[in-house]
Amino acid sequence: MPSTLNSQPSTSSQGAKRWLLLGILLAVVVSMFSAQFNRYYLGILIDCGINIILAVSLNLINGHTGQFSLGHAGFMAVGGYTAAKFSLVFLPTVPEPLQPVLFLVALVLGGLVAALAGLGVGVPSLRLKGDYLAIVTLGFGEIIRVVVQNMEAVGAASGLKGIPKFATLGWTFALAAITVYVVAALVNSTYGRGFIAVNDDEVAASSMGINPVRYKVTAFVTGAFFAGIAGGLYAHHKQFLSPTGFDFLKSIDIVVMVILGGMGRTAGVIIAAVILTLLPEVLRSFADYRMIIYSLLIIALMMARPQGLFTLGQKKKGAAAI
Amino acid sequence: MSAPLLHLDRATIRFGGLTAVGDFSLSVQPNELVGLIGPNGAGKTTAFNMITGVYQPTAGAIHFGGRHISGVKPHDLTKLGIARTFQNIRLFGSLSVLDNVRAAMQLHCTNGIRSALMRGKNFHSHERGIEKEALELLDIFDLGKLRDEDAKSLPYGDQRRLEIVRALATKPKLLLLDEPAAGMNPTEKEELMHLIQFIKDKFNIAIMLVEHDMKVVMGICQKIAVLEYGRKIAEGTPDEIQKNPKVIAAYLGTEEEDDA
Amino acid sequence: MDWFLQQLINGLALGSIYALIALGYTMVYGVLRFINFAHADVLMLGAYAAYFLAPAVSSVLPLPSITGALIVTLLAAIICAGIGILIEFLAYRPLRARPKLTVLITAIGVSLFIEFTCQHKAVFGADTKPFPKLLPAADYNWGGLVVSSNDLVVVVVTALLLAAMWFIVQRTKMGTAMRAVSFNQQAAALMGVNINRIISFTFGLGSALAAIAGILYALKAPGIEPLMGVQPGLRAFVAAVLGGIGNLPGAALGGLLLGLLETFAGGISGLSNYRDGIAFAILILILLFKPAGLLGKATVEKV
Repeated sequence: MPSTLNSQPSTSSQGAKRWLLLGILLAVVVSMFSAQFNRYYLGILIDCGINIILAVSLNLINGHTGQFSLGHAGFMAVGGYTAAKFSLVFLPTVPEPLQPVLFLVALVLGGLVAALAGLGVGVPSLRLKGDYLAIVTLGFGEIIRVVVQNMEAVGAASGLKGIPKFATLGWTFALAAITVYVVAALVNSTYGRGFIAVNDDEVAASSMGINPVRYKVTAFVTGAFFAGIAGGLYAHHKQFLSPTGFDFLKSIDIVVMVILGGMGRTAGVIIAAVILTLLPEVLRSFADYRMIIYSLLIIALMMARPQGLFTLGQKKKGAAAI
Repeated sequence: MSAPLLHLDRATIRFGGLTAVGDFSLSVQPNELVGLIGPNGAGKTTAFNMITGVYQPTAGAIHFGGRHISGVKPHDLTKLGIARTFQNIRLFGSLSVLDNVRAAMQLHCTNGIRSALMRGKNFHSHERGIEKEALELLDIFDLGKLRDEDAKSLPYGDQRRLEIVRALATKPKLLLLDEPAAGMNPTEKEELMHLIQFIKDKFNIAIMLVEHDMKVVMGICQKIAVLEYGRKIAEGTPDEIQKNPKVIAAYLGTEEEDDA
Repeated sequence: MDWFLQQLINGLALGSIYALIALGYTMVYGVLRFINFAHADVLMLGAYAAYFLAPAVSSVLPLPSITGALIVTLLAAIICAGIGILIEFLAYRPLRARPKLTVLITAIGVSLFIEFTCQHKAVFGADTKPFPKLLPAADYNWGGLVVSSNDLVVVVVTALLLAAMWFIVQRTKMGTAMRAVSFNQQAAALMGVNINRIISFTFGLGSALAAIAGILYALKAPGIEPLMGVQPGLRAFVAAVLGGIGNLPGAALGGLLLGLLETFAGGISGLSNYRDGIAFAILILILLFKPAGLLGKATVEKV
């Protein structure tokens, strides 16, 4: 039975746009009823949506393009703080009916600044591979955190408070759908085969006319953009931002989602993001042991099924050229 | 004689104190089949790497299609028309057979990021066109029926052929084959010889071949250059090379002096 | 001038600790080509081992005292060597044939596991515990310069251990085997080197060094807690990369340099807030401009 890890039969590429429109439609419908949802569950669903955006955007960098980034939380922080600050500054001057526009502008701005950060991380990292790349991205994430921690304008170590609660389930859902669409549409095209080619064998890829620099930077910038959007959503959901929430551990959280879902499998990554968002809630009674179980999960995953949980029938990836 | 397609002008590459390739001059005409031979470690693959931009020459120059190409990046050289296969097969392991070829076609593809995202009608018809072209190319080499198989699950011989197909998908003017007959049995080598001739004629390209199997090299090459310790020691037709004493010495060593 | 000398002394002391920890990272990387994220936690375990051993030892020997401190440190080092070997055996050995990234993430998992388990109240608890005084501490005053005896101990001990490491690696059979494995594991195996034993030995040695570093670190720190290894570990890793990962003198050099840089930066107002970020900034600069580090050799991929 031919197994196609990253190949795309031509018919589904036409379906992509339809899925997107369906997703947005669903988001609009959901937002009309969301006032009736239990606030607690609503919060969890929004968390799920944010994590989906984070996981799918990281998947483009780590999974498809094979650039192992351990600093995704840094992009989230940049986007979140930018969007939050923008909202706070302009909130008094914007009349209520225009607030959604303010929100959208804030989000996009956050995404763009995060994308710039992605450029700043991606370009220097071009020559690095494997664990060196992982460490450098980790370093960038930490630097971002330290810088934010010292910026009085965004509350420094005590954090940024009082962010307006603009994030609704509808917004989250729609943005998640858009993120998934963009990443999937990018990768599942002739152009997009380049990402995976660069991942598989950079030397061979460049000999086939594929510019590894262009693809790696594109992956970083696009991934960072959406992480920034996720950060903005997060900020306007929790209404409070603190630099410690965007540390190395947060980056690991997202990385585990990508690995659990099977690096490069968009559907798997989405499911993994949902599972890992719900897991802490389900394990609430084991709160004491929660992180211990989590770390054991990571070890067990790497030992038993490093290709992720949702790679049906895939053989383990052979000793990849790292 | 028309201008050469590829011209190496005393190309030299040094790694630290080691001169891997020294003062190597060679011309390849537009539809010529040239062989590059020499003992192990003579610098043949290094020469290939220089031509394909993986290494920059430390001295000397390389010209392709009249342009000076030293320092041009590999992916840009592919756009100019140089393609290659590798000594150790370097397929895109997680892509299917079809996608390996598709990936190589993206450089001639007008569908960039924007159309991939917008997905208008043009995008889809263009994608279908690419797929059709890729399949046609694969079919010529009898690989079309394997289109959805994982590239890395193919038998060795098919993988080598796929690598060649992938290189051809970039629409090159010059194709560099690095030890294409490695690991093949005599029958497969016969087929390979016919295949290479076929490619040269059907696609009207120049081919440069690094190979250890003398039967293959002597059988199809129009011109052969011999490297030893990084330097060219001979160049000529297969007949001339086979009779050249320097070449024989390089491969077999000189006769031992009799003991007195 | 006084300020400069003071920072110099402080920097050397801090750098010595980084050097000791960096040695462990670099040895393991040299032999296995992977970054042992859990190394920093062995540091913490060493400190805790000393914490629990001190009362037991003090019933036999007086503490604080030099002999007492030596015994406690030795025991802690042995315990941690054992822990390091155990971790390698359980978590890394089964994954030896896998891609490097799989092992890297496993190492992260192991590190988190140790940290979170130790934070649990049934184990060590997340609170900061006061570290016992192992050595008679005194502050020496040299015309305005304050040098704590602990600092002197740190520098001296580190120097001795570095010399010992150099001796082991360059002059003993084990050390030669270690170097062989770091150059080419397959070839070393074919020459009759027992790879598993060498790797275990390397882990044991590195972990012992980490334990000692942990104790030295704890002597100066306000107290010990389960996450105490994270920041020093990260800095020491940067130091190892700075010196050239896989290169032992490089690790020592990197550690000292980083300790000095951080201390001087910490003394300059305006820069001190960014002290934490300095290590990472250095890391990134090194990897961009000289990825092989100060003393390392660049490797070329064969095409």
